Amino acid sequence: MDAKKENDNSTTVERTSDRELVVTRTFNAPARIVYDAWTKPELFKRWWTPKSSGVTMLSCEMDVRVGGTYRLVFRHPATGEPMTFFGRYTEVTPNSRLVWTNEEGDGDGAVTTVSFEERGAKTVVVMRDLHPSKEALDQAIASGSTTGFGEQFEQLDELLVTQSESVGQS
Amino acid sequence: MLNHMVQYSRTRFDASFAALSDATRRGVLEQLGRADASITDLAETFHMSLTGMKKHVGVLEQAGLVTTEKVGRVRTCKLGRRALAEEAAWIESYRQLWAARFNELDKVVEELKRKEKLDGRKKRK
Repeated sequence: MDAKKENDNSTTVERTSDRELVVTRTFNAPARIVYDAWTKPELFKRWWTPKSSGVTMLSCEMDVRVGGTYRLVFRHPATGEPMTFFGRYTEVTPNSRLVWTNEEGDGDGAVTTVSFEERGAKTVVVMRDLHPSKEALDQAIASGSTTGFGEQFEQLDELLVTQSESVGQS
Repeated sequence: MLNHMVQYSRTRFDASFAALSDATRRGVLEQLGRADASITDLAETFHMSLTGMKKHVGVLEQAGLVTTEKVGRVRTCKLGRRALAEEAAWIESYRQLWAARFNELDKVVEELKRKEKLDGRKKRK
């Protein structure tokens, strides 16, 4: 299993604890190149919103240094309003490690840690998303599966209520 | 800037999502995630009539998110298997978003590598 992981560049996601999600991926390049693509806005912009996500990045500001802030604005056809995501870099170790906060939600947000580890000609990227509590991560999961499809859900919802009523009557 | 994006990559919707479209029902699931509860308990917690709560629980049950069992006069609700499957489905859609992102990142990285090689050659000249 581990030998296989070394060779392929597949993306894995694991909920490692009540509060943490971990994404892992290997890239065929030295760490400095991969790190550049995470820290230079003109490069970051080119991969963060893949076409399949349906999202357009309207703007991207990143001041990658300890205490520096980032601000990303997106638009998705399903929601009229642009959405802003922002936070602060709390740790910046060139070519090796980035830590930032996610402050767009209510209260304490998740803290994201990205590490870049060079292995031969490749770089293993591990991204950890640590939420303040189990409830916060559960909430992120629950809202992630519902928002963005409001209207469709409401329609389905009505259908379900009608169905369960007719089941109740039979 | 990470989790919130996944909601957009989601294309699958079904009865369980519809059941989750209501704030009270999401609250009920959260509550049941902590401990099993009777319909009476839930009605009290959410300041709702017994009939109203029965309806919500009915929708959740229909979607497989909650199972109920009547012991004596009390109907106890607990999380259904589907609620747990939901999390797995979400993690998969999250993975797909990241896989798509990283495929694009591969392209950027390849381009940077080519550039570096070219620049290296220029410098040696």
